[in-house]
Amino acid sequence: MSEYKMDQPVGASPLDRGVQGIIGEPLNRVEGRRKVAGDVPYAADHKVEGKLAVGVAICSTIGFGRVKGFDTSKAEAMPGVLAAIVDDPRIPRETAGFSDEKLVTGNDRVDSYGQSLGVVVAETFEQARAAANAVKVEYDPGEGRFDAGAGRGGARPLGDEGMVPDTTVGDIDAAMASAPHTLDRTYETPSHAHAAMEPHAAIAVWEGDSLTVYTSIQITSGAKKKLVNTLGLGSDKARIVSPYIGGGFGGKGGLGTECVLAAIAAKRIGRPVKLVITRQQLFHLVYRRSDTVQRMRLACDADGRLTAFGQDSIVSQNDGRPFYEPVPLGSLALYAGANRSFTTKAYTLNIPHCGSVRAPGEAVGILGVECAMDEMAEQLGMDPVEFRKLNEPEKDLTRNRPFSERQLVQCMEEGARRFGWERRNAKPLQEREGEWWIGRGMAAAIRVNMLTNAQARLRIEPGGKVVVETDMTDIGTGSYTILSQIAGEILGMPIESVEVRLGDSLFPAAFGSGGSMGAASSGSAVALAAEDAVAELAARMGTSVKDLTLKDGHAIAGNRRVPVGDLVAQKTIETTGTIKPGAMAKQYDQAAYGAHFVEVAVSGVTGETRIRKVTSVFAAGRILNAKTARSQAIGGIIWGIGEALTEEAVTDPRYGNFANNDLAEYHVPVHADIPHLDVTFLPELDDKTNPLKIKGIGELGIAGIGAAVNNAIYNATGVRVYEFPITLDKVLAGLPAEAA
Amino acid sequence: MRLTVNGQSHDVEFDVRTSLLDLLRETIGLTGTKKGCDHGQCGACTILVNGRRINSCLTLAAMHEGDEITTIEGLGSPDGLSPMQEAFFEHDGYQCGFCTPGQIVSATAMLEEAGKGWPSHVSASLEGEMRLTPEEISERMSGNLCRCSAYPNINDAIAEVAGGKS
Ligand code: FES
Ligand code: FES
Repeated sequence: MSEYKMDQPVGASPLDRGVQGIIGEPLNRVEGRRKVAGDVPYAADHKVEGKLAVGVAICSTIGFGRVKGFDTSKAEAMPGVLAAIVDDPRIPRETAGFSDEKLVTGNDRVDSYGQSLGVVVAETFEQARAAANAVKVEYDPGEGRFDAGAGRGGARPLGDEGMVPDTTVGDIDAAMASAPHTLDRTYETPSHAHAAMEPHAAIAVWEGDSLTVYTSIQITSGAKKKLVNTLGLGSDKARIVSPYIGGGFGGKGGLGTECVLAAIAAKRIGRPVKLVITRQQLFHLVYRRSDTVQRMRLACDADGRLTAFGQDSIVSQNDGRPFYEPVPLGSLALYAGANRSFTTKAYTLNIPHCGSVRAPGEAVGILGVECAMDEMAEQLGMDPVEFRKLNEPEKDLTRNRPFSERQLVQCMEEGARRFGWERRNAKPLQEREGEWWIGRGMAAAIRVNMLTNAQARLRIEPGGKVVVETDMTDIGTGSYTILSQIAGEILGMPIESVEVRLGDSLFPAAFGSGGSMGAASSGSAVALAAEDAVAELAARMGTSVKDLTLKDGHAIAGNRRVPVGDLVAQKTIETTGTIKPGAMAKQYDQAAYGAHFVEVAVSGVTGETRIRKVTSVFAAGRILNAKTARSQAIGGIIWGIGEALTEEAVTDPRYGNFANNDLAEYHVPVHADIPHLDVTFLPELDDKTNPLKIKGIGELGIAGIGAAVNNAIYNATGVRVYEFPITLDKVLAGLPAEAA
Repeated sequence: MRLTVNGQSHDVEFDVRTSLLDLLRETIGLTGTKKGCDHGQCGACTILVNGRRINSCLTLAAMHEGDEITTIEGLGSPDGLSPMQEAFFEHDGYQCGFCTPGQIVSATAMLEEAGKGWPSHVSASLEGEMRLTPEEISERMSGNLCRCSAYPNINDAIAEVAGGKS
């Protein structure tokens, strides 16, 4: 068993030695043919033994208060109803986030709208749905705090409670007071929903006192822990199976109420139970990204060099929840400036709690930074790219440590070249096509890079087939494919000879998918396991690893070329790899970088923005699969476009509910909103990150793109919007009459 | 009640409240068609009824006596993909794959619609041949949401099949 801790730079990577030639290649997904045929089972698709009953969650219709009682008599008398369960103290009220130990339980109170209070289970979905609607809940409504505007004034400093502790360097107030150029602006972003296309779903099956839950979850081992803790089971009494996930984006990072409700119901009726959360319920049952208010302060000397760089934020959270949106996470090291301030305050909202949504921190924090940088560049009369290059720091000035690999400047230069940035006219309202004003803007992208504990098991079976098992998941990110490529590259196997099995809590624990650290963590574990297998193959060939070549399913040493299948004919090879983060994470500032360039057309009549062109260039370490990496990048970019232009979960301050809790009213981008996207990855190997020399890419694309859109809208129209999303009304309000 | 699904005739009994989507998934056991919203807002449940694409969550099963239904399973199988499925596979026109059956069924029907000369909101003219430009494809596919946001790749995949057809 190989264990490796990232305490020093890796030197040679196991991937550097491979000669199979599949790493990095734009291979199609290994499970792709099944996916396009509708043949892979998502959470609600699994076929299980026994007569499946269907559950529907009972959800609160007030936003805050006590539950005085339930009347289930009408529901219980309805056809097909097997049980209406409101009497179990383990009934969970809301989805747990990544770091929770268990779900919040107890249906005697409500602390945000739409919390689950029970479950009705019946023979069919139609029966269960009707009966769930027939359950009467008697409330004693309390005074909920639903109004963001009223709450922010009383926000309290988080100090070091958040993921990013408050940090100040130098004296930003003094720097602001004395600089020739200053900018002090406040940007706002709204509550943000994951809205994965697959609703949260679970099928719970009991065999005696052992529970299996088929569900859709990003982090299998974490989910299992929360499940047994919530239900009060021994840790060997539960299994989570989640082989295919219809999108996660952070929302399936903890554990959903559906798993616990289905398990309680299945136990009660002695049959397997399927429970799917409805789209409308999801918006309230799953955590949101916090709304944010970001005060950006920049000061520059006469030459445009930053002397102050600050981002002080306010976020919201419900009572007693541990997570706070880490707004300045990516901002800390982004630019120069001797005087710095990154602080966060929080206030209470009794609306659905806050948790991880794709790129916690950067997805919102970089909006404020990059809009402010654009405005400052204009004030200085400088090109936005040149202004950023001038303020490229030589190290992380907040935490005073060197960068591992950082190619932000190269990304900006390459992006400017590909986009044709020189065509941009710095002055707004200069280029017109009919009713449309054309504008161009840019922004930097950054996403911190992380590594976490992970384990994987690898077997070379008689016949030479390679089987990899880890409880890592594939949420659409391409895990099956890249892990196959890693094992295949190191073992010299064509990808068809590798089978990767994921998403089962019986497999060795990896972290799972989240925080853009899944590929690095589970991939390193697979590589370490594969390296052990190479050592064993060398021994069986009677040679050293150095003198062994593995290619196309053969071991080659000296003048011998032996099928790997022959080497394992007598005895299977089984190895385990374990990766652990180490000193490198503290000693170096590690992040993936990028630059976005956007061209928009804004209607002078309606204020509508159309995205016409996007060029993004990223540097994110080694790319394991050029095709799936690009897909991750465009997915992130499009998320960012949605964040910029349309996405906002709107709270009704009277009731604490989201007024737009479905896909018709919460506007995610659609086909017609998105043009062709030009995406490039620069070559990079980062030996401080992990044995694969890769960086996370799942969240990088979203960072900054919304600011590039906003900056382009300003360049087109002369209107700067400080409140996301940039809807028509906000642009129209600033347009001069002659723009129409 | 009898209906035909992917060429196979089924005699089914069900609650009158059952949507065609739930009948396909829960009664007949064809889970390739997905439920993303159950309210006609996402397109994940797109199937063909007598050759035309519809959101199967928005129609009651009881309205489809005698109808010919085609689901993703009826277009092709992992070992024998339809040209549209093959193009989605090659162009990575998906990530998680959850919206994908709906996208592929929708795209397959959309090509037929354009082939018959049906115009869209972005068509320059209501008459004559409909050329499937990227803008036309995007417009005609906008009822199919993809939160993984594979839109550019989906567009490329459809364009390839459309190009091969004309
Ligand atoms: S499930 Fe039918 S449109 Fe969404
Ligand atoms: S591929 Fe995931 S929603 Fe479209």
